[in-house]
Amino acid sequence: MQRFLNGLAGLALLQALALAGTGSAEAQDTVKIGIILPFSGQFADTGIQLDNGIKLYVKQHGDTVAGKKLEFIRKDTGGVAPDLAKRLAQELVVRDHADILAGFALTPNALAVADISAEAKKFMVVMNAATSIITIKSPYIARTSTTTPQLNQTLGTWAAKHGVKTAYTMVSDYGPGIDAEGAFHLGFKEAGGEIVGSVRFPVANPDFSAFVQRAKDSNPDAIYVWIPGGAQPAAVGKALAERGIDPSKVKVMGQDSLAFESARKSMGDTAIGIITVSDYDSNIDSALNREFVKAYNDEFHRNPDIYSIGGYDGMRLIYEALKKTNGNADGDALIAAAKGMSWQSPRGPITIDPETRDIIQTVHIFQTEKVGDQSLNVEIDKVENVKDPVKERMKH
Amino acid sequence: MSGDTIGAPRDYLQAQIRWRWGEIVFWLATLLPFVLTPSYLVLASQIAISALFALSLDLILGFCGIVSLGHAAYFGVGAYTAGLLSKWGWGEPLSGLVIAALAAGVFGYLTSFIIARFRHLALIMITLGLALLLQEVANSASWLTGGSDGLQGIHTWPIFGRFRFDLFGYTAYSYSLALLFIIFLVARRIIHSPFGLALRGIRENGARMPAIGAATRAHVRTIYTIAATIAGIAGALLAQTTETVSLEVLGFQRSADVLVMLILGGTGRLYGGLVGAAVYMVARDQFSGLNPQYWYFWIGLILIAVVLLLPNGILGGLSLFTRRAKEKP
Amino acid sequence: MPPVFGVLFDGLAYGMLLFLLSVGLSVTLGMMNFVNLAHCSFAMLGGYVTVTLMNTLGWPFFATLPAAFVAAAAASVVLERVFFRRFYRASDLEQCLLTIGIVFVSIAAAAYIYGTDQQPLQLPSYLRGSFTFAGLNFAVYRLFLIAIALVITIALVAGIESTRFGAQVRAAVNNQRMARGLGINVDVLFAITFALGSGLAGLGGALAVAMVGLDPSFAFTYLIYVLIVVSVGGLGSIAGSFAAAMVLGISDIAGKYYVPAVGSMLIYLVMIVLLMWRPLGLFGRR
Repeated sequence: MQRFLNGLAGLALLQALALAGTGSAEAQDTVKIGIILPFSGQFADTGIQLDNGIKLYVKQHGDTVAGKKLEFIRKDTGGVAPDLAKRLAQELVVRDHADILAGFALTPNALAVADISAEAKKFMVVMNAATSIITIKSPYIARTSTTTPQLNQTLGTWAAKHGVKTAYTMVSDYGPGIDAEGAFHLGFKEAGGEIVGSVRFPVANPDFSAFVQRAKDSNPDAIYVWIPGGAQPAAVGKALAERGIDPSKVKVMGQDSLAFESARKSMGDTAIGIITVSDYDSNIDSALNREFVKAYNDEFHRNPDIYSIGGYDGMRLIYEALKKTNGNADGDALIAAAKGMSWQSPRGPITIDPETRDIIQTVHIFQTEKVGDQSLNVEIDKVENVKDPVKERMKH
Repeated sequence: MSGDTIGAPRDYLQAQIRWRWGEIVFWLATLLPFVLTPSYLVLASQIAISALFALSLDLILGFCGIVSLGHAAYFGVGAYTAGLLSKWGWGEPLSGLVIAALAAGVFGYLTSFIIARFRHLALIMITLGLALLLQEVANSASWLTGGSDGLQGIHTWPIFGRFRFDLFGYTAYSYSLALLFIIFLVARRIIHSPFGLALRGIRENGARMPAIGAATRAHVRTIYTIAATIAGIAGALLAQTTETVSLEVLGFQRSADVLVMLILGGTGRLYGGLVGAAVYMVARDQFSGLNPQYWYFWIGLILIAVVLLLPNGILGGLSLFTRRAKEKP
Repeated sequence: MPPVFGVLFDGLAYGMLLFLLSVGLSVTLGMMNFVNLAHCSFAMLGGYVTVTLMNTLGWPFFATLPAAFVAAAAASVVLERVFFRRFYRASDLEQCLLTIGIVFVSIAAAAYIYGTDQQPLQLPSYLRGSFTFAGLNFAVYRLFLIAIALVITIALVAGIESTRFGAQVRAAVNNQRMARGLGINVDVLFAITFALGSGLAGLGGALAVAMVGLDPSFAFTYLIYVLIVVSVGGLGSIAGSFAAAMVLGISDIAGKYYVPAVGSMLIYLVMIVLLMWRPLGLFGRR
C-alpha cells in the first residue's frame, strides 16, 4: 500500500514538472488573465457590468501591453460558491497557465481564491468584493473597487456632522450588511450621533413593511438602510413611502445600491431626497467621467455603475503594472509595480496603498434629485483620500 | 425441499452481491484521471464528493422511497464540523472526518424521528424546511460559522503526516476516491442484505410491511441515520479538500443539485448517483466554460432530453438497452 | 389605530399575491398529481409580458393584465400538449426533472432576451402613493391587489361550487378513476384547468412586478414560497391555498415586526409545525 502511494506521489511529481515545463515555454509572448465572475444566477448583472468595464478598457487601449498579447479566460461562479471559485482559479493556474487572476464580485469567492493566489504566487486584482480582510489573505492582492467600511463609516461621520443627531439603522443580515452596520455605527457615534435602534432583515426578504414601521416608531432624524442590489432597493423605497416616511422630515440614507438606476426608475418620485454614499455614479460631473459614460453607452447601451468602474480601473491597474515591469507577469514583480500606483479615474483620483495594497479614493455623497423628468444622483459633498478604516485601526 | 426454502433467499442475496465485470471496469476507470487528465484532478475530487453525496441520497430515495429536498443539511453539518475542528487547531483529516461523520449521524438520528412519520408532499416540504431553517441558524450564528463570508482559517494537515494537499489535487482526489470506494462497499453490503430487502419493501408498499413483521419506522430511521452520516462525510471531505466552508453547503441549491444528479443517473441502482454526478458535473463544467452566461440553458435541454428518452435515468436507459440487446437472437 | 394594523394590511396584500401565484399549482397537483416545478416560469412570463407591453408598446397597465393571463395560459397549453401529457403516469421524480429542465431553459431565455437587471415598471398615477385612514398609511397598490385577489377568489369559488365545470373539477380531484368511470373527460378537463391555473400564475406575476420586482431568477425564488403555500394549504383546494397564503403572509410580517431577530425562520417553523399537525394540508383530503 505504502509503495503504491509512493509511486503515485512520484507520478504526481513527474506530471507537475512536465506541466511546469510546458508552462514557461508558452508564456513568452502572451499574458493570460483569468476572469472569475458570476455570469449567471442572481448576481449575473454585477458580473456582466464588471465584465463590460473590462471589455471597454481593452477596446480603448488594445489588447497588447509592453509587447505582450493579452488573453482572457472567463469563468462563471454562478453566485456564491467558494469551492467552485477555488477550483476554477486552480484550473486557471495549473491547466491554462494564467498569470493574473481578476474579477471577484463576491467576498466568499475572493477569500477562497486568495489561497490559490498566495500558494501559486499570482497577481490577483479584486474588482468588486468589498470586505476589508480580503487583501490580507494573500500578499499578491490589489483591490480597485472599495471596502464597505470605507464608504459607510464615512457616511456615518458625514451624517453626524451635517445635522443628523439620531439614526435608526436597517441592514441585511449577512456579511456585507453587518459590516456596513458596524461601520456606520462607528462613524456616526464617534462624530457625536446617537443610534436609537437597529434591525437586521433576512437576506431574501421581499417585504420591508414591518421593518420600516419599527423604524418609524422610534422617530429618528435619519433612517440608514443597507441592502444589496436587485429587487430590494425599490421594495424598500416603496415601503418607506407606503408607511408614510416623509423625506423632508426624516432623511433616508444608505450605500449606492439604494439609489441605483433601476431602483430609481421603479421608485419614481419616492426616490427623491435619498442620500447615498458611493465611490462612483454615472452622474459624476467631470470631463473624464462624461467621456467614460458616453463610450460605455455607445458600446453597451446602458449606463456604467460601480461594478463597471471596478472592472475598468482594475484593467488599468493591470496594464500600467505590466508596462512598469516591461511585460513580466511574475506575481512578485506585478504587485511591487502596483503598490503606490496612482491615477485619475472617471470617479476621481485613486491610489493603490503601498502598505495594504487596498484602494485609497474619494468617497462621494450623493442626493437623488429631480433633474428635468429624470431622477439622478447629484453629488452634494465628498471626502478625499479615504483609506480603508478597518486596516487603519489594525495598525494601532 | 425444506432445505431449498431456507437457502433460496440467501442464495438470491449471494447472487446479487457478486461483482459484475461492468462494476470492475467502472472502478478501474475512476483511476484514469490520474494518467489521462491530471489537470482535472480537482474537478475529479469534487465529482467523487458529489457522487458520495448522491449515493447517500440514493439510500433513502432510491431504496426506501423517501424524497428529501433538504439532504444538504447533513452535508453541511459534516462540512462545518470538519471546518471548525480545523479552524480551532485540529487539522488532522481522518480523525476530523470521523468526528464530522458522528455529528452528522447524530443530527440525522434526531431528525429521523420526525422524518419517519411522514410521506409524500408533507415529507418533502418538511425536509426542505428543516434544511432552510438550519441555513438561517448558521447565518445568524455567524460568530461560529463565519456567516456568509464563510469559515476562514481552515488548514488541513497532510494525510498520515506525509501526503500534503497540493495545488494539483493528487492528494484530494486519492483521498476522496478512496473514501467513496470504501463507503460504496459498505452501502453495497447494506443493500444486499435482508435489511436492504426490507427497505425496498417499504419503498414499494409501506403500508403492507408491518403485516409481514417488518419494523417500518425503525428501519426508516436506521437507513436515514446511515444516509445522514454518509452525507456528513461527503461534506467533511469538501471542507478538508477545498479548505473552504460557507453557507451554500446547507443551501437549497445543493439539495436540488444532488437530487437532479441522482435522478439523472437513475435511482435505486447504487451506481446511479455516481454516474449522474459525473455526467452532470462534467457537462456543467464544459458548458460553463464554453458559454459562461447561458450554460444552464443547455443543461436544461439535457435534462429534458434525458427524461424524454431515458426513463429511469441514464442507468435505466442503459439496462433497457442491454436487455434488448440480449433478447436479440 | 396602532401601527401594527398598517403592517398587517401589507402582510395581507403579500399573502394575496402568494395566493394568486399558488392556487393554480394546488389545483393541478391535486387533480392530476403532476409536479409542475415550472409553475413560476409561467408567473415570470406574465411579468415580462406586462413589462414589455407597457414599456415597449405603451399599453396601459390594466390592459396588460388580461394579456399576461392569456399569454401564460397559451404557453401552458403548448407545453402541456407537447410535453406534459406524456408524463402524467410517470414518477414524481421524472416530472421534477422535466420541469426543472424547463425552468432552466426559461431563466436562460429571459436573461438572454431581457438581460439580468431589474425590470422597471411605472404604475399609472392613480395606483401610486398611499392614503391615510385612522392615522395610518395604506398603499393604494396593495389595496388594488387585495381587491383583485378577492374578486378572483370569489369567481373561483363560485365557479367551482356552482358550475358544472366546477363540479367536474371537484370530482376529478376527489377520485380521478371514478370520475373517468362516470364519463368525465379528465384529460380535457385537466388541460383546461392547467391553462387556467397557469394563466392565474401569469396574472400573479404581472401584479408582482410592481410589488417585489422582476428579474430572471423570479422563477426559482418564488417557487419555494409557492410550494410552501400549496403544501400547507392542501392539494386541490382553493380554500386551502387561500388560508395558507393568509397564514403565511401575515405570520411572516407580524413575526418580522415583533421579533425581527427571528426573521424568515418563522415562515419555515410555521410550515413545519402546520405540516406535522396536518400532513395533508389545512384543507387537504386523502
